[in-house]
Amino acid sequence: MSEFRSRGVEIVAISVDSNKDSRELCSSRGYTFPFLSDPKAEVIRRYGVLHPRGGPDGHDIARPAEFLVDATGTIRWVNLTESISVRARPEAVLKAIDALSH
Amino acid sequence: MWAGFAIVLLAAFSFLYLIQFPVTRDFPWVNLLLFAVGGCFLAVGLKRAFGSPERYRGKISGIVLGVLSLAIFGLFYYGTFVLTRDIPSASGAPHPGTQAPDFTLSDAGGKSVMLADLIRNNRAVLLIFYRGYW
Repeated sequence: MSEFRSRGVEIVAISVDSNKDSRELCSSRGYTFPFLSDPKAEVIRRYGVLHPRGGPDGHDIARPAEFLVDATGTIRWVNLTESISVRARPEAVLKAIDALSH
Repeated sequence: MWAGFAIVLLAAFSFLYLIQFPVTRDFPWVNLLLFAVGGCFLAVGLKRAFGSPERYRGKISGIVLGVLSLAIFGLFYYGTFVLTRDIPSASGAPHPGTQAPDFTLSDAGGKSVMLADLIRNNRAVLLIFYRGYW
């Protein structure tokens, strides 16, 4: 976490969860980065990572994905996993961030 | 035979613990190894029970344990290799080098957050999309 901050990189989480759910998640897990709520999955759809009816009650949700956006708004690194249990490892993301400055 | 079954059980349930570590979560090799060892024990036990029934008992319990073990392995395989991969491909996702679509969403405190503001105030932003419903 601090390694991201020291590199000037903000982490932002996005899901269809409500503000209230995110608040509870943050306080129970001690997360300090912003959790954005996209209940209608509009931004999730815009980023092409919609999982139609993937939620427990047939709701649309996001499939897991990570995008690294640089200061010009350009996407510099993307991780679209094939499996919900395989997420990007922090080391891999930090490597991609360090590659930005070169 | 019972040892084999115990190892199969261990193989399945140890995943609940090993899932914390990326090395054993991304590919559950420890669990698969344990399943293999448990299967060998069961196979040897079954062979003994049927090959020399005068010396070893356990024909019926061997079959029951064998079927149970296969079922447990099947469920484990389904859960770790099939269910978790049941997600749509993200072929429509923007590629590196393209402009990130801007957005405005509210954070956990209800405050409006724009991507444009985030990138202005930071060197880079890592957007993490997650499934939610935690």
